[in-house]
Amino acid sequence: MVTACTRVGRGGAGSMAAWVRLRAGLPTLLQECFHSNRLVGEYRKTEHAAAVKIQSWFRGCRVRAYIRYLNKMMIVIQKWWRGYRGRKHFRKMLKTAYFIMKMNFYNEMAVRIQKRWRGYYIRKYIHNYYTLKKYLEAVSLNNEIVRKELEEFAEMKEKEKEKKDLERKEKKKDHQARKMHYLLSTEQIPGVFNSPFRASPDSMELRLQKAKPLSHKHQQIKENLTQETSDFPSCTSSWTFPTVQPLPPIARQKPQGPFRDTAEVLLQRYKPLEPTLRVATSINSLEKAREEMKREEWRNRIHDNEFLPFSSCQKNQKYDPLINSSSKYGQITYGIKHFREEHHEKWVANKDFETVLPPIDLFDRHGKTYSRAGQIV
Amino acid sequence: MSQRQVLQVFEQYQRARTQFVQTVAELAARPQNIETLQNAGVMSLLRPLLLDVVPTIQQTAALALGRLANYNDDLAEAVVKGDILPQLVYSLAEQNRFYKKAAAFVLRAVGKHSPQLAQAIVDCGALDTLVICLEDFDPGVKEAASWALGYIARHNSELSQAVVDAGAVPLLVLCILEPEIALKRIAASALSDISKHSPELAQTVVDAGAIAHLAQMILNPDAKLKRQVLSALSQIAKHSVDLAEMVVEAEIFPVVLTCLKDSDEYVKKNAATLIREIAKHTPELSQLIVNAGGIAAVIDCIGNCKGNVRLPGIMMLGYVAAHSENLAMAVIISKGVPQLSICLSEEQEDHIKAAAAWALGQIGRHTPEHARAVAVINVLPVLLSLYMETESSEDLQVKTKKALKNILQKCTYLPALEPLLHDAPPNILKYVIGQFSKVLPHDSKARRLFVTSGGLKKVQEIKAEPGSLLQEYINTINNCYPEEIVRYYSPGYSEALLERVENYQPVL
Repeated sequence: MVTACTRVGRGGAGSMAAWVRLRAGLPTLLQECFHSNRLVGEYRKTEHAAAVKIQSWFRGCRVRAYIRYLNKMMIVIQKWWRGYRGRKHFRKMLKTAYFIMKMNFYNEMAVRIQKRWRGYYIRKYIHNYYTLKKYLEAVSLNNEIVRKELEEFAEMKEKEKEKKDLERKEKKKDHQARKMHYLLSTEQIPGVFNSPFRASPDSMELRLQKAKPLSHKHQQIKENLTQETSDFPSCTSSWTFPTVQPLPPIARQKPQGPFRDTAEVLLQRYKPLEPTLRVATSINSLEKAREEMKREEWRNRIHDNEFLPFSSCQKNQKYDPLINSSSKYGQITYGIKHFREEHHEKWVANKDFETVLPPIDLFDRHGKTYSRAGQIV
Repeated sequence: MSQRQVLQVFEQYQRARTQFVQTVAELAARPQNIETLQNAGVMSLLRPLLLDVVPTIQQTAALALGRLANYNDDLAEAVVKGDILPQLVYSLAEQNRFYKKAAAFVLRAVGKHSPQLAQAIVDCGALDTLVICLEDFDPGVKEAASWALGYIARHNSELSQAVVDAGAVPLLVLCILEPEIALKRIAASALSDISKHSPELAQTVVDAGAIAHLAQMILNPDAKLKRQVLSALSQIAKHSVDLAEMVVEAEIFPVVLTCLKDSDEYVKKNAATLIREIAKHTPELSQLIVNAGGIAAVIDCIGNCKGNVRLPGIMMLGYVAAHSENLAMAVIISKGVPQLSICLSEEQEDHIKAAAAWALGQIGRHTPEHARAVAVINVLPVLLSLYMETESSEDLQVKTKKALKNILQKCTYLPALEPLLHDAPPNILKYVIGQFSKVLPHDSKARRLFVTSGGLKKVQEIKAEPGSLLQEYINTINNCYPEEIVRYYSPGYSEALLERVENYQPVL
């Protein structure tokens, strides 16, 4: 329509023609307008859709590119982070593995120590085979000894019992013989136990010969040691006072006069000697003790060659004399020949001191040098 | 009538009374007369004579009463019911020694039958008077009083406590020190009866210083005294470890071992009882006894005796072996096991056999060495036969089963197990098979012997439930042998072979 109008606008002269042309185009104008609008409208949608599509695609590309970029950055960050985490975890694992290895090692070493210790301890204290064996041997030995001793004891008891029985029988026979003393054989009549047809008289006959007739007055009291305590109390012996020490003799008349008590005097007179230690030791005790010591040493020695060397490595060693006692001219005599200074010109007599046991001052101080037998008690 | 005639009547009466009472006393000494006397009403006649003027009649009447009451408990009850006891107790305090002896005899005769009668005696206040009698000078009176106290205390611990509360124990200990043997015996027996009921009573006796004196008297040659002394010491020692240690500290070992060789049977029995009561408390006390050579002495004593006298010795060995394996080994090397097996076979009484079986079980249960020592002497078949016998008492069966079980669980000595394989019932058999299954996998000679002796054949014949322990053992044994041998010995193999022969088609 616009073009039509412009065409009309330019050509004033030709404006009528233009207007005719325009009017001629009028019915189609509407259709053209309508169509062009419609087309536009139709195409608008598709074009719009296409434009949207293009734009969306482009935006999409942009966004995707952005996202891809972001993704890459993310990957980098995460890669580093995960690497860090993984290494940390690995270090931890390594540490624990090392620790476990050490503990295993320690455990094994501890097991070794404990194995030895337990074996030792149990074998020594809890179940010591060798002491147990020795103990059992000792027990069986002890048993043998006990058995033997008990057998001896039993035999001894048996013998005692037999002896007692025999004695009792003898006593009984003797008592019977004493009671039947009248059955003794005489010159005229041979007794019951001495039959003329026998070679030798019976033992009873011999007993009868030895027996003294029993007198009626002194009946022997039978001992009731084996009485049965079944019915009535058997302690039928009469009661006695408990035995005490015999009383001292009744004192005699004291002798008249200023006399001391006889007992005291006798005590004093017959008081035993109480020598002091100094008096009691013999004068030769020192020499005797020395000799005793020498004898003991001689006894305990294996051989009498004193000062034999005990190893042959010192056989050929030369003797090194002491520095102190050696001088330019050989050994000095001090320490070997004499130990103290002696001035012979100052001596009073030629004799040496006599060796006597020195007195013990403590005893002398208390005046007990001699015994008190003879002094008044 | 003249005075003389009057007096003559009284004299006649007195003579008649005396004669009557003396004759009754003599007749009462014989048991066959007592029924007749009782039927004739002698109790009611004797009662007034107890209150007679003449002392001799009183004493003889009391003696006659005592003999009657001694005979049986009906008469003793009649004495109690007839109110005679208070009169006796009253006159006990006052009269002379003969009467005291007779009255104490009556109290003893009444008190010995039952706890109720003894309680009746305690109730009428007799204990205090009896204790006063213990302080008397005459040893006969002391003996009668302590005898009565002993019989009263014998029944139960309340009566014993009553006797102790009356203050009898220190006086009894003094009685033991007296020179008369009969008095010592009775006092020792009374102390034994007092201390047997409870630890407190035994402690009271020990606190009075009895142990030292009793221990000294073990050396006395009188056999009956030794019986009582050993019995008293064993009653004291049986209650607790402390009391047993106190008895041991009195240095009774090794003197007690000489008592085991005494000629009197009961001395041996009581000595063995004493040692058993000491040994059963702790391993240390058993060790002490072993070190003193007690085991050898006891074993010899068992060998010399027969019957019930052996029982405490057998139990002592069982107790010693039960404490520890070293002690059990000590019993074994002292040659205790052959002796115990002899007891097991020889004795007739079931309780002694049960004790021997128990002792063997205690010895053999510790280690294979111990079980071997027990099995070597072939005692296992004896135990098995005792277990299987229907005549054995239940106690014997239980003990033999336990002993077998204990020994079999440790026994690796196969030649002794073989006879058991053939005879044993299933509950014992599983232990036997169990032991075989433990030993056979490791010992090739034993395997060979097992086959040749017919053991494998027997094992195949055993029917066992699948999944049970017995089946497992049988499988273990079968796995020790190649399959052909097992199949060869399985039952019915010959039939299977013959069937194969029948079905065989010969290849021409």
